[in-house]
Amino acid sequence: MKRREFVGLTGLATGALFLPAIPGLSATPVDPLRLLETVDPAIKKRLADAALNAAKSAGATYADVRIGRYLNQSIFTREKQVQNIASGESYGAGIRVIANGTWGFASTNTVTEAGMAKAAQLAVQIAKANAKVQKDQVKLAPQNGYGEVSWKTPIEKNSFEVPVKEKVELLLAANAKALDNGASFVNSSLFQINEQKYFASTDGSYIDQDIHRIWPTFSATAIDRSTGKFRTREALSAPMGLGYEYLTPKAADRINGPAGTGLVGYRNSYDILEDAALAAKQAKEKLTAKSVTPGKYDLVLDPNHLGLTIHESIGHATELDRVLGYEANYAGTSFATLEWKAKNAPYGSKLVNIVADKTQPGSLGAVGYDDEGVKTGQWDIIKEGKLVDYQKIRDQAAIVGQDHSDGCCYAQSWQDVQFQRMANISLKPGTSQMSVDDMVRGVEKGIYIAGRGSFSIDQQRYNFQFGGTVFYAIEKGKIAGMIEDVAYQANTQEFWNSCNAICDQSDYRLFGSFFDGKGQPSQVSAVSHGSSTTRFNGVNVINTARKV
Amino acid sequence: MAILSKDEAQAILKKVLGFATADECEATLTGETGGNVRSARNSISTSGAVDNVSLAVEARFGKRSGVATCNEFDDATLRRCVQRAEEIARLAPESPEYMPLLGAQQYVGAPKSYAASTAGITPDYRAQQVGASMKICDEKKLSSAAFLNDGATFIAKRNSKGLEAYQQLTNLEFSITVRTPDGTGSGYATADYNDSGKFDAAALTRVAADKAAMSRNAKALEPGKYTVILEPAALVANTDASLLQALMSAMDARSADEGRSFLSKKGGGNKKGEKLFDERVTIYSDPSNPEIASLGFSGDGRAQKKTTWIEKGVVKNLYSSRFWAQKAGIPDLPRPDGWVMEGGTQSVQDMIKGTAKGILVTRLWYIRPVDPQTLLYTGLTRDGTFYIENGRIKHPVKNFRFNESPIIMLNNLEAIGKPVRVGGNLVPPLKIRDFTFTSLSDAV
Repeated sequence: MKRREFVGLTGLATGALFLPAIPGLSATPVDPLRLLETVDPAIKKRLADAALNAAKSAGATYADVRIGRYLNQSIFTREKQVQNIASGESYGAGIRVIANGTWGFASTNTVTEAGMAKAAQLAVQIAKANAKVQKDQVKLAPQNGYGEVSWKTPIEKNSFEVPVKEKVELLLAANAKALDNGASFVNSSLFQINEQKYFASTDGSYIDQDIHRIWPTFSATAIDRSTGKFRTREALSAPMGLGYEYLTPKAADRINGPAGTGLVGYRNSYDILEDAALAAKQAKEKLTAKSVTPGKYDLVLDPNHLGLTIHESIGHATELDRVLGYEANYAGTSFATLEWKAKNAPYGSKLVNIVADKTQPGSLGAVGYDDEGVKTGQWDIIKEGKLVDYQKIRDQAAIVGQDHSDGCCYAQSWQDVQFQRMANISLKPGTSQMSVDDMVRGVEKGIYIAGRGSFSIDQQRYNFQFGGTVFYAIEKGKIAGMIEDVAYQANTQEFWNSCNAICDQSDYRLFGSFFDGKGQPSQVSAVSHGSSTTRFNGVNVINTARKV
Repeated sequence: MAILSKDEAQAILKKVLGFATADECEATLTGETGGNVRSARNSISTSGAVDNVSLAVEARFGKRSGVATCNEFDDATLRRCVQRAEEIARLAPESPEYMPLLGAQQYVGAPKSYAASTAGITPDYRAQQVGASMKICDEKKLSSAAFLNDGATFIAKRNSKGLEAYQQLTNLEFSITVRTPDGTGSGYATADYNDSGKFDAAALTRVAADKAAMSRNAKALEPGKYTVILEPAALVANTDASLLQALMSAMDARSADEGRSFLSKKGGGNKKGEKLFDERVTIYSDPSNPEIASLGFSGDGRAQKKTTWIEKGVVKNLYSSRFWAQKAGIPDLPRPDGWVMEGGTQSVQDMIKGTAKGILVTRLWYIRPVDPQTLLYTGLTRDGTFYIENGRIKHPVKNFRFNESPIIMLNNLEAIGKPVRVGGNLVPPLKIRDFTFTSLSDAV
């Protein structure tokens, strides 16, 4: 594509200073032309070696370097107008060292041999300062170098090559669908991320990776001015580790929700126009939906909802840094301690099989290697209801006496230090044939929930409360109309032990979290969670309506 | 070159504007330098350093606008940056919400926003402070996890309409969670300052350690409506959403006028001028307040002035964009950086003494919106929850989940204590009746 043509098509990149503060999208606004540039790996190798050599000369016993070029483009619209389009670039390097048995880290946006060497020396200086008060020496699980290797998200269409005009027209068309179907207001947005990451370490790895993610979403609001009531229905899209092909709907990727809801789930492609039209109708319907009667219900949870429950109650609970106490001051610890695991108590019913996977196609967390140079893979977390493993990185593996990392190390940018982040954590589908209608037929008194809503869990992952986007009553095996003011409260172990049916592979989809926060200073990470529609019996539901 | 002086910064900005050919042009220069240390298990886990300067140029032709940036400052790079912003602006669509750049503004001085002591912090200083904290926990056989973060920043703006702004700021924040080895007790303390001379990691560690020791072997109380004393860190957090920050974040005029806010009125309009809270509730912002000195101008160059948002329970002002302010015919007040909730003179200890039965809450956690219509939020207590009887802490209690709205909460006000700084705001401890706990948590 010629420069002039590209700039012409993407010249809407205006008003970036007014971009709302969105975690992970804080890179510097940039000329869209530069989004198609790349940096030669040979240059990055030379720069990385300058840092590694400087670190070793200053006294580091281990060092790694991440040279990162992080690109993002975000488009925001409301009703019939474009609110903001911002193209961002962040380029620099982070250098992590072990010196005197202690971690040190420094970053620089002066990506020259001199700049890299200076940052490496600062990282060693920081490590040595900290070593004076350090008690336990850092040890790493062994890791062989891979030499010069590369990995790329298997996308069909780079979203940064798609003209902005085309993307804007799609969002405005979605807004029009929502307005035509009764929405009073609609906001839509499209987030696109490209991480061009180069990793090198004193282990002998030089890893070049090109990672892509995309998230189209919207929010349709219906207002009844006479009562002052307003209700919103969010998009049912999942952010994905895909290219722009995600926005070309394919019939085979549509999965119908239960009869009587009109809902559609999406697998590897998403029809934003269809979802926007339905969202507007459902937002209006919510204005007059019956308020739920609190009590015990059987819950039938759509994958676009259950993903968040998996994320909070299993994904975070089985991160080894939390288990060991590294997150105690912020995100918290975990009930699933090493001692708890040794008791072999059931985490869930025998139907519950949870797998961690850093390679799952289309997922947000898919990479070839993590941010400390470990090749990624797949492993079991829960087998037939029993906790069998955690998610680990190199220094944690050494603490618990294991000889390898799981490849879960990640930093949101070159200027942040890498640490343990969640792999894609997914619930395996049921092995017996079961559709969502089959599942609903087996419910006497229940609620079907789709979409993410309000979510909150305690700092050890016991007590949680989740809402949702849309709720339908189930009575005597059938959908019996929309309800509202629903939230369910449970204890993680009781909840997963109440799991008594899982739909089969044909219903399996990914849910995604684009901005999962953790760490101090807080960093975001993107991760997917797969599941089929799943049933939980006898869960406590509260009514959230209030008068002010 | 992270922290440039006013003269150095404005010299670069003048040069940038001199390269411009657009109808309007604005340049913003920002720089930061600082570092952090994180610890866990009484050992340092990670640390880092930050050092960066960046220039953003916005060029405008009519209602079209373009932005470009750079972080090198030779003449050729600056000229290219301006040219790129202008090229993008020429190709951009007209904005229906375009507002011309602001001219010269009068900004409130906030000399206390910068402290040389904070700007001069070294890796050794951070290690010494965190080391002193870890030593206390080692001696008491407790386990701590803490975070120390400090930095100095500057922001300079200049535009072709005559606007000129410059300010330096410094900040230090520290938080610590101390846990007992048996996992049954946990305590927390946090503080933040412009001036690191006020910081004492050891003193804060002792507070968290005492709470951890006191909170061992908590007893369960039935969920329900209780009188609570919410410490300032339970009302505002710099690590999570929070009840009072949620209220302040909802004071936007446009969403209220459009009918999608708790401040929207039946039939249209907003509730400005209505008494929505207890008459003891007064909240204002003032960037020159020496305790929470903050930026004297907003991102679009508007002056941050002393502004009363809620006075004696009445909604006095809403903030808005310049576009919406003009359209709605209201004052164009920017969203404040920090705010002050007026209070009394009582400490938390004084408030405990005056409580017959109640629950003391150190910290709230994982606070999320449940219903924007009523501003209902959910979350949990954490790191020090205690039962009060006859003016004394009787025993620790298991943590609760709450479902509560700050609107309801600020109508059930029993007492207001002395404000302290939290997250860049001055926040008093509050005693609230009928605070709604909906379930119990086994988490420590």
